[in-house]
Amino acid sequence: MDTTSTVERVSATGIISDTIRTNFLNADYGIKSWLLTKDHKRIAILYLISITVFFMIGGAFAAMIRMELITPEADVFTSEAYNKVFTTHGIMMVFFFLIPSIPATLGNFLVPVMVGARDLAFPRINLLSWYIYVIGGLFTLTALVLGGVDTGWTFYTPYSSTYSNGYVMLTGIGIFITGFSSILTGLNFIVTVHKMRAPGLGWFRLPLFVWANYAASLIMVLGTPVVAIGIVMIALERGLGLGIFDPRLGGDPVLFQHIFWFYSHPAVYIMILPGMGVVSEIMACFSRRHIFGYKFIAFSSLGIAIIGFLVWGHHMFVSGQSSYAGIVFSLFTFIVAVPSAIKVFNWTATMHKGRIVYSTPMMYALGFIGLFLVGGLTGLFCASLGVDIHIHDTYFIVAHFHYVMVGGSVMAYLGGIHFWWPKMTGRMYPEGWGRFSALLVFVGFNLTFFPQFIAGYLGMPRRYHVYPPEFQIYNVLSSGGALVLGIGFTIPLIYLFWSLKYGEKAGPNPWRAAGLEWETTSPPPTFNFDYQPVVDHEPYNYSEIDARSSATVSTHSVQEEQHV
Amino acid sequence: MWNFPLLPDQASTFAGRVDGLYFFLVALTAFFTVMISLMVAFMAIRYRETNTKVNRDNPLPENPTMEAVWIGVPLVIVLVIFFWGVNIYFAIARPPANAVDMYVTGKQWMWKIQHPTGQREINEMHVAVGQPVRLTMISQDVIHSFYVPAFRVKQDVLPGRYSQLWFEPTKPGIYHLFCAEFCGTKHSGMIGRVVVMEPADYERWLAGGSSNGGSLGQTMADAGAQIFETQGCITCHKMDDASRAPILKGLYGKSVTLNGGETVTADEQYIRESILRSGAKIVAGYGPIMPVYQNRISEDELMQLVSYIKSLGGPATGTPAATPSAAPASEAKGTPAAAKPAQNVNEPSRNK
Amino acid sequence: MSDAAHNSLVAHQFDDARQQQEAATVGMWTFLITEIMFFGGLILAYMIYRNQFAESFHAASRVLDVWVGCFNTCVLLVSSLTMALGVRAAQMGDRKKLVLFIIVTMIFGAAFLGVKAYEYSEKFEHHLVPGPTFHFHGVPGHEHAPNAEIFFSLYFAMTGVHALHMIVGLGLMTWLLRKSIKGAFNKDYYNPVEICGLYWHFVDIVWIFLYPLLYLIDRS
Repeated sequence: MDTTSTVERVSATGIISDTIRTNFLNADYGIKSWLLTKDHKRIAILYLISITVFFMIGGAFAAMIRMELITPEADVFTSEAYNKVFTTHGIMMVFFFLIPSIPATLGNFLVPVMVGARDLAFPRINLLSWYIYVIGGLFTLTALVLGGVDTGWTFYTPYSSTYSNGYVMLTGIGIFITGFSSILTGLNFIVTVHKMRAPGLGWFRLPLFVWANYAASLIMVLGTPVVAIGIVMIALERGLGLGIFDPRLGGDPVLFQHIFWFYSHPAVYIMILPGMGVVSEIMACFSRRHIFGYKFIAFSSLGIAIIGFLVWGHHMFVSGQSSYAGIVFSLFTFIVAVPSAIKVFNWTATMHKGRIVYSTPMMYALGFIGLFLVGGLTGLFCASLGVDIHIHDTYFIVAHFHYVMVGGSVMAYLGGIHFWWPKMTGRMYPEGWGRFSALLVFVGFNLTFFPQFIAGYLGMPRRYHVYPPEFQIYNVLSSGGALVLGIGFTIPLIYLFWSLKYGEKAGPNPWRAAGLEWETTSPPPTFNFDYQPVVDHEPYNYSEIDARSSATVSTHSVQEEQHV
Repeated sequence: MWNFPLLPDQASTFAGRVDGLYFFLVALTAFFTVMISLMVAFMAIRYRETNTKVNRDNPLPENPTMEAVWIGVPLVIVLVIFFWGVNIYFAIARPPANAVDMYVTGKQWMWKIQHPTGQREINEMHVAVGQPVRLTMISQDVIHSFYVPAFRVKQDVLPGRYSQLWFEPTKPGIYHLFCAEFCGTKHSGMIGRVVVMEPADYERWLAGGSSNGGSLGQTMADAGAQIFETQGCITCHKMDDASRAPILKGLYGKSVTLNGGETVTADEQYIRESILRSGAKIVAGYGPIMPVYQNRISEDELMQLVSYIKSLGGPATGTPAATPSAAPASEAKGTPAAAKPAQNVNEPSRNK
Repeated sequence: MSDAAHNSLVAHQFDDARQQQEAATVGMWTFLITEIMFFGGLILAYMIYRNQFAESFHAASRVLDVWVGCFNTCVLLVSSLTMALGVRAAQMGDRKKLVLFIIVTMIFGAAFLGVKAYEYSEKFEHHLVPGPTFHFHGVPGHEHAPNAEIFFSLYFAMTGVHALHMIVGLGLMTWLLRKSIKGAFNKDYYNPVEICGLYWHFVDIVWIFLYPLLYLIDRS
């Protein structure tokens, strides 16, 4: 009966009949119809597939790292190979999985639907961004096949510009190209949100997922070009002998770090903000309540995006930058922690007196809160100057950013994929397996990364191929956890694939969720709606939805009797 | 393997302070994580969908006061941590006046340490309990990072620029020295030991000079003086005649007026730059006549030169720690000046 | 979707021509902000090094031919004028003038690149291209520039990236030319001309910043 309202409304306008519908998946067939599509939903699926491929590559390299680190000695790889392995893991995960993950798949699919538009503002540019992404990825993979690159994903000069023997230039070009895919996605979102909202959909009726993606888009548009030019300068230095960061000419290698982190720290917010958006949607839906503190959550996203541009120097407390710069960056870093805290408190308050449904997406969202708490709070260690001097470049940092990026972004990403899977594919995933794997991911994750905090404070530096034996126990635990985590990630891959054919058919709104995307059919038609959606209510009106659905049960039967 | 160490040794004056803030943060993290997780778990169970008995009337209304509280409280907490952290940071950033100088050169993949008294070590550094040490560090190639977990100190070692670090060991022992900034293939092999000794043992070690690579030929300043002669610096930089070049006596730490009218402090960085790229900052009244020494002099030699110029004294107060006047120094005078210290033992394999 | 305003010139995702035009304009402005950040990275590097090596930068800058740069500045400014006139012609629906102005703009753009190529080749001859062969002589009275190589690295990076934008601009112009010859633009549909114009002016403005930064420092 949860679908009744939608169907009633739709048929009242008399547009559709009950015949077999065409949706964006069966509107057209053949490989060409996919590779040349301008439909944002198909492009989202293309992104989903390619991102999953890169995630698996990155994951395989993570497995190699964990395998090597089980013992303190070099067992599996030479040092040279190990350095290439962790570099590949970082580059794949950061540039080809985390940054595009939620915006390019879920965002691409949902932002136009959520604002009630037929497509993004520039569908051709959207397709172009996917091609750019794939071409950039192929460049990077080519560099790997040819022999790899060993600079770490941070490309610090002068190692990257002068000393490394790897394929730095080719990789750099790959990342440079991919950057444009991210810029174009961000640009598309910004224009779409500004110009293409449905009638009645004011800024404060937008779903928080849209707010979060909008904030992330600002960072993509403002930050990505800066790292792009930094990488161009490295490429020019390596390829043409220009010397912008070369200390032998008087150049300053630390300048590159500034340029790099000016983007790469906000990039962390590109990864986490959309994840926070996903969690806001899930928390409201499965607490059956209006999200608590809507405006505070919305503005905290913008706050994070803006303050996030003023904190990059906290990656450089021991780099030799001025101590006063260090103090300013430390202060801003502490301040940027506050908007994140606002979100966590509001999510918690949303649950109060709700009707909590233990669905898979909710499990991921609750897991997200727990892990993000640890990730965020350990960020305070890294932000405080005195402690950071000790933990900088150790496994403490590794653990911290994995808690944020994997415990935060990836948990939210998986939660979002499960939440909108019925919308995207029209099929339900198996709920039991879903919950089981969510639990497995949570346990495996903690087992993998919690020991790294301790190893880090003990002094184990990151990017170490061989290490002193007293760190071994924590590495063994970590590698064991990685195995569990790997299984936890593999199970959804299998059952989601399985559900495409065998999953139970999902109605337009299996979760009885609020939001325009649930008013259209699952999967949506090519132009998303068969009518022009008009928004006449506040977002997250779960109390109304629940009241209406319990009311329709009774009124419906009454009406039917009268008809008879 | 089956023990679970939680903290590295506390072997410097910083260790206790850093750990104090660390424990505070651990407690804070534990408190908030547990508190919020418990709240979430409590509500997830109490307000589960199947629990129809619970009273769901009057859920929390939107409440600006509440929002203000949970914006304000975290803000206050983080500001407290901020000031606490800055306080420690200042201590780490400012070496005391009585610190002895030591010189560190990083290169792929080893640490080279020079004592002002002339001892040279590789991947090993001997220091005395209770004696603050100030390191002047530079890299010959890529960025490295000098990290001693037991001291809770770390500082990137940059090519082309001196960086400094100081610590005061408090506990005898042997501690890890790591390179913390990824520096290439054998990054994880760029490790060494810091040996902290009782002062008496340390004196004995200095006098014995038997350690790894240590040659008690000359003090660093003497070696620098020798380079000063052999490179011909002395022909222009005379001790009493400033007609061709500035007098270097008393230069260190002084404020110098340049041709452009600006002033700089004559610190190690300035001296180094002026030797390598003499034209970059020329003292007012002089022309760009000094040859460029870039690629003609190694980082180790440069450090000896810098040490020599420092030994010529500073402005009014002088530099207490700059001139090593320890006993071994005079002892070293005994060896003939011709005996060049083994300064080219580990020349960079990569001459770019 | 069966909006009255929906004609072949309005893409399916837009409600009407106005929304389409606004979206395209907002999109281009957003893109230009991206571009500002892009050049911003280079200009930041420039500012830091110029501050650090003021003397070298002054001396090195004197090697550049101020008049050639001035000529190029004029060329670009005029091309911006003809571009603006082209947009005007498109708004008026004057196809002939539009084609004419686009061609003139392209000629000026190509002239700029030609002069730039000449300047580059001169730098090659005088060993002013950073790398192992770099050798700085300077001009009389200003031979002393220990960090000149950094200046020239930045010179090539900045003007090179700018030239790349000019080439992209010429590509856009070629596309516009083809479409306008076909008569694709009229009073109601001239947005692409306007947007490409925005881009062209932006590239022009970047040069207006690069010219004084590179050529005109310390010319008293």
